Amino acid sequence: MRYYPFFHRYRFKIMSIKIHYFASLKEILGHGSAEIDATGIATVSGVWHTANPHRIIPPNTLVAVNMTYTDIHAHVKDGDEVAFFPPVTGG
Amino acid sequence: MHIEIVTHDFDPWQSLQHYQNRLALNGKFGATNVFVGTMRDFNEGETVQSMLLEHYSGMTEKQLGLIVAEATTQWAVMDVLIVHKVGTVFPQQPIVLVAVWTAQRGDAFDACRHIIEGLKSKAPFWKKEQLSAEKSRWVEKNSDGYAL
Repeated sequence: MRYYPFFHRYRFKIMSIKIHYFASLKEILGHGSAEIDATGIATVSGVWHTANPHRIIPPNTLVAVNMTYTDIHAHVKDGDEVAFFPPVTGG
Repeated sequence: MHIEIVTHDFDPWQSLQHYQNRLALNGKFGATNVFVGTMRDFNEGETVQSMLLEHYSGMTEKQLGLIVAEATTQWAVMDVLIVHKVGTVFPQQPIVLVAVWTAQRGDAFDACRHIIEGLKSKAPFWKKEQLSAEKSRWVEKNSDGYAL
């Protein structure tokens, strides 16, 4: 059996949640995306507080999980994509 | 049905003609309702020099697809074309095109209205207005669509 020196680094699946911020929220936070360890995070609210521990979620912020609208109480799991953004203004 | 998010300038009338020429509906549709949204050079009492349109790629197309699906369940829609610009736009340039083909005018008017109102309230796009070289602001909400 061939020995792969880097194999041990990939033995365990990394539990992560991808986060996106848009528009004014992206500017306020100073970045448009982040990735956090999903361990112990059960809801969208938990995602926000883990990623932004010293900041409350701004009023009127909209939330999507895997590109579907939801709310901060929605459950999340490993591999989810969570987005936070202000009211939409297209068209 | 075709939904397209474009980063380049587009001519809505050319897009409309081009799409209609490819439709296999000749002799079948009796109404085409078209909405074109164009950038104004003013908003909330101030002159706007340009506008930056941002979107959530993937979710935007998904939401627009859902909005069109809603319309097709409520009205007898034969085809829909949506084109929306993202990036920088200047006054008088088109931002969005919604076109709906139906057999009867009532379905075309109502479905087109439903789609553009759904786009404005659910599709994840955002506008940032450039008021001067130093001053810009995010549009916080869309109007109800009436001047008064």
